Amino acid sequence: MEIHRYERIWMSISIAALVLMIVAIALAGFGTGMQLPGASGAVDPRKVASTAPFNEPGVYEVAPGKYQVIMMTYTWAFDPKEIRVPVGSEVTFKITSRDVTHGMYVEKTNINIMIVPGQISEVTHIFDQPGTFAYVCHEYCGVGHQAMSGAIIVEP
Amino acid sequence: MSLREKRFIGGQLGVALLALAIGTLIGPLQAFEHADLNLYPFLVPFIRSYYQGLTLHGVLNALVFTTLFITGFQTFAVLKGLNRPLRWFNLGLAGFIAMLVGMVLAGYTMLTNKASVLYTFYTPMKASPWFYIGLTVLVVGSWMVGWSQFATLAAWRKENPGVRTPLIAFGAVVNALLWQLATLGIAAQMLVLVIPWALNLVPATDAMLSRTLFWFTGHPLVYFWLLPAYVSWYGMLPKQVGGKLFSDPLARLAFWSFLVLSTPVGFHHQFADPGVPVVWKYIHTLLTFLVVIPSMMTAFTVIASLERAGRKNGGTGLFGWIKYLNWRNPSVAAQLLAGVTFFTGGVTGVINASASLNLVIHNTVWIPAHFHSTVATASTLSFMGISFWLIPHLMKKDLSQPKVALASAWTWFVGMLVFMTGMYWLGLLGVPRRVPLATATYAQPSWDIPGMITAIGGAILLVAAVMYFVVILGTVFSKKAPVAVPEVPVAEPEVPATRTPAWLDNYKLWILISVVLVIIGYGPILINMFANINLTAPGFKVW
Repeated sequence: MEIHRYERIWMSISIAALVLMIVAIALAGFGTGMQLPGASGAVDPRKVASTAPFNEPGVYEVAPGKYQVIMMTYTWAFDPKEIRVPVGSEVTFKITSRDVTHGMYVEKTNINIMIVPGQISEVTHIFDQPGTFAYVCHEYCGVGHQAMSGAIIVEP
Repeated sequence: MSLREKRFIGGQLGVALLALAIGTLIGPLQAFEHADLNLYPFLVPFIRSYYQGLTLHGVLNALVFTTLFITGFQTFAVLKGLNRPLRWFNLGLAGFIAMLVGMVLAGYTMLTNKASVLYTFYTPMKASPWFYIGLTVLVVGSWMVGWSQFATLAAWRKENPGVRTPLIAFGAVVNALLWQLATLGIAAQMLVLVIPWALNLVPATDAMLSRTLFWFTGHPLVYFWLLPAYVSWYGMLPKQVGGKLFSDPLARLAFWSFLVLSTPVGFHHQFADPGVPVVWKYIHTLLTFLVVIPSMMTAFTVIASLERAGRKNGGTGLFGWIKYLNWRNPSVAAQLLAGVTFFTGGVTGVINASASLNLVIHNTVWIPAHFHSTVATASTLSFMGISFWLIPHLMKKDLSQPKVALASAWTWFVGMLVFMTGMYWLGLLGVPRRVPLATATYAQPSWDIPGMITAIGGAILLVAAVMYFVVILGTVFSKKAPVAVPEVPVAEPEVPATRTPAWLDNYKLWILISVVLVIIGYGPILINMFANINLTAPGFKVW
């Protein structure tokens, strides 16, 4: 196949850029501790309101400085809608939905996760700055979607 | 081309543009809403909520307009490229009728607020069954039009053994093949999961599997929108600027690469999802990034074709040739501006596909900003440019008010840049997408300025759309005797296609590679998901 010399050069640059981007993603994915949500188990959304641990949503201290947030979502609220932890806490969220698909985005963090009925969404984050971090539902979930929010208060 | 073929093509384009007109007029309502200007209360009882309006906007523009314009334009490209009548015309016509029926069914449910589920219709939000049946019939209709194109190509190849398929017909057929492969996901989603559940034949569904099958189709859908624009950028635009296609074999290699790489990549839309093992997310990331290669090839070949034409027309210097690209032709200007905007879409697309960066912008307003640079400009503005010669050509008329046509292209371009500036900005502030910000309980003052910019962009786009439809309606209903009916621009390659290697015309080989890669990229995880199917989510009507 006849390929112009300039195009050969260009394609070499493209391939080099591609390799560079893949290396960057690999480094970000495995080198910085950044984590993507994965498969964390299934639940039956029809019975989840009476199934442990989701029958008692709340904030639990599981070890010194380590917290677990059990969260239930439904149209159009997060339960709990306010979370208080001391600064420096490592917080693991376990979230599910008892009705439609929701999402959770916590401002100024990398907590950005979908909440799909039938699935458990799990994400961990260390809150090393004090302040108030609002979280909002970021997947359309009905006419009250724009009112679905909560806040994490990281106390100094 | 026979009169019935012209009517068949024109019919598809006409219905597509009707959908675009309705869908686009709703768009600014969303944009104004971001600046606290909520016009929706004035639209009751026709449109009852922001979400109903957003559903209409998304489905009519991104699903109905695109599909019908593409099937119509690709039929034209196949017939013109092969210079032969359409085989299985009645099958194609039945496909067109099916698409119409599907559009009416889905449109009715959306207009009556029975399907305000947005164009992603994530279950277990449950719309009227006729919404899902309508969309399914629409897709099946588009397949049928594709089958008549395949039959036409098969006949042509028998009549012309060993001859390279002319590029515009080739590109159109590859995109029709891509659509066949890509829509297997949504077909399975609709027929196996959603429609039986919407008809209450099964009590509950699997929301996770459903959205996975949706994104099986959802990403290649993007390439289905884009490749017709590439058919024009590679195969027509060089002629329109007075030049030739720089490289025929690389154009073909790019089309095949998109077929191969566009489907087994859907999990990059599901980085934030539970229920998908992380390893699959990274496999799809790797495959997604391979799309960089045909994209960069396209950028090179198209720009090289343009540059050579510009220099031939008298342009000099590093960038001086750009001025010599027939910018006064509204069709050319629209496509060049679409290409410029698409550059931003490519860059932000790489960001979206990067697992780590995606966590910052997933499901924020950044995402609709991104796809307004791809589908709503790279594709739509190119299609508008194509329509400036295609509709006059089919109707043997002059383009009405070419200056307004030219202004509409520039206005769309400027409006979209302003709109995207506001939207990208909002996204980086962490503003969630699909939210009527004027009534959001958690809106923050820092969102005001980018919200205003978004609204201004929407207003400019509204002006552009009105100008565009004035031109199209003026052309369609013109009674003036034509002076200069546009010819079909078909670009010659610089090196004749006879020297293009035969393996680039080997359809079976490339289809086989594509199918194998889809089986590798989706087979194990889908088998696992079906084996552990989780039919536990009942339906909810939440609007």
